[in-house]
Amino acid sequence: MTAPALPPAAGGNATTSPQRHGRLALLLLTPTFVVLALVILYPLIAAVRESLYLKQEGVDPETGIVIGGDKFVGADNYAAIFSGETATRFWNSFYNTTFFTVFGVAIEVVLGVAMALVMHHALRGRGLVRASILVPWAVPTAMSALLWQWIFQAEGIANVILPGEAVLWTTEGFHAKVAVLIADTWKTAPFVGLLVLAGLQVIPNEVYEAARVDGANAWARFWRITLPLVKPALLVAILFRVMDVLRIFDLPYVLIGERKQSVETVSMLAFEQARNLRYGPAAAYATVLFLYVAIIAYVFVKLLGADLIGEARERTRAERRKAKRAAEPEQKEAVPV
Amino acid sequence: MTATTATAARPAAKNANKAAKDLVGRRWLSTLGIIIIVIYCLAPFYWMVVSALRQPNDQADNSFFPSPLSMENFAGVFRSDVGFGRSLVNSVIVAGTTTILTLILGTFAAYTLARLNFRFKNLAAGIIIATSMFPGISLIVPLKKLFTEIGWIDSYQAMIVPSLSFALPLAVWTLATFFRQMPKELEEAAMVDGLTRGQAFRRVILPLAAPGMFTTAIITFIAAWNEFIIALSMVNQKEMKTANVLVSQFTGISGYDSPFGTKMAAGVIVTVPLVLVVLIFQRRIIAGLTAGGVK
Repeated sequence: MTAPALPPAAGGNATTSPQRHGRLALLLLTPTFVVLALVILYPLIAAVRESLYLKQEGVDPETGIVIGGDKFVGADNYAAIFSGETATRFWNSFYNTTFFTVFGVAIEVVLGVAMALVMHHALRGRGLVRASILVPWAVPTAMSALLWQWIFQAEGIANVILPGEAVLWTTEGFHAKVAVLIADTWKTAPFVGLLVLAGLQVIPNEVYEAARVDGANAWARFWRITLPLVKPALLVAILFRVMDVLRIFDLPYVLIGERKQSVETVSMLAFEQARNLRYGPAAAYATVLFLYVAIIAYVFVKLLGADLIGEARERTRAERRKAKRAAEPEQKEAVPV
Repeated sequence: MTATTATAARPAAKNANKAAKDLVGRRWLSTLGIIIIVIYCLAPFYWMVVSALRQPNDQADNSFFPSPLSMENFAGVFRSDVGFGRSLVNSVIVAGTTTILTLILGTFAAYTLARLNFRFKNLAAGIIIATSMFPGISLIVPLKKLFTEIGWIDSYQAMIVPSLSFALPLAVWTLATFFRQMPKELEEAAMVDGLTRGQAFRRVILPLAAPGMFTTAIITFIAAWNEFIIALSMVNQKEMKTANVLVSQFTGISGYDSPFGTKMAAGVIVTVPLVLVVLIFQRRIIAGLTAGGVK
């Protein structure tokens, strides 16, 4: 977890042998893992099982007996997702989910990085900006959805401020997507900004000074130094945001409404099916969404190297320390890296 | 940044004038940027407060200051037939219980991940962080069916138990970063002095970790208070709805088609306590939120 700090103190402290705490760790981790198994693993398995069944209603044509209960239908629920009329609705919700994720996260990252740079270089008003940046984060999503619904009313403030003809933001159409994106960005871009700012603050100033001495202009410094060094923090922030938008529900649900083609996401589709007691199809939609999320997370961690646990970052930080130390040989340190 | 602008001004004298101009320009730019960020963050929230303070008859008024100021919307929210007060109590119960449970469970797990060495540590940490990315709907579908069968629909536990799924990983992660920041030597010294690891944890670590635990409690509480889809799915009865769900379903209680004044008043009541807490503890909350991302 932490880079090896001081050499182990005499008397053999506990931090050196990897297996030393196995039993204690097991004991202390068990409660958390039992709970996680109950509230996540069990539902996941139950959802997969559920997705293979369909609720039966009606009367058996041969015997005349009323049929109830669930019938095993195998992959039929999945087949139904990808065929016929339901396929159109599914692909639309899949497209909307992906649309919100790609454009939402892209806008948030650009705005977030810009905000972080401004805050990092702020000469005054740091306290004020830090206080205000937490406000959107503290507003519950459902409430921010209501707020933006009010702002986007036909006679609302958005149409008053914006030039041109009034837009009926909360009705079906591309503008509904834009409304959702704006509301989502308002709440989350400052949060991305905070994470990036924390990443910026660990970059040592000497790096910039060296670059400036070498004649790098501000733009080059941003692309060649800031961005690469902030990349680990940024990647983690992006990964969390992507995972969050892929399951987006509250915002389009409250801001625009149910069964709206322009903004219906996979979560909303599954929710609607479950509410109409079509548990089989609902579970199938939920499982497809889960797989989608899992694949994207895998891609992020494996291909882009988003480092969640912090190992690689510890390593790069250790390397940075090493490089810094090599630059100032007179500084004595007992740390073996 | 003052340090770097100072160094920028250091080179040859012919550049001094340009550097001074740069400095003034940069100061203006920086201030402008700060103002834009503050407006971006606060303007929509300000609009919520202003709209709540308008008279219901002035609802369509788009002026930036409400005149006259009116508390009528707030009075409307608390009318007994609305059930808003009860929904606030429900929210506090659900978010509060979730927070307490996750803190109790999460402290042990976080301490383990931060301080102990064992073989599958990265795997354990990876599993916990992976669960925090789980889409809520995937557990709601089977749990809704299960809770219907065992009669849990319209109960607090039907909202609290699924909430653990996102609150617990969040709490473990935030707490672990706080535990990691504490000097190891303290605990080791306590153990050299003859305390067992358990005693060292109780008498040395826990008191020191109290601020971090408090911050984690705030962050977890806000996440649980925010929760919407679970509360929406597991409860049908009006008396059991949380504030978020109840307010989002407000319909023309005061005879208007869309009672936005009342909704905004409710929004202010639901949001302002959180905003105040966040502002009071902003430094710590920022530390808690960002530590997981950078550490």
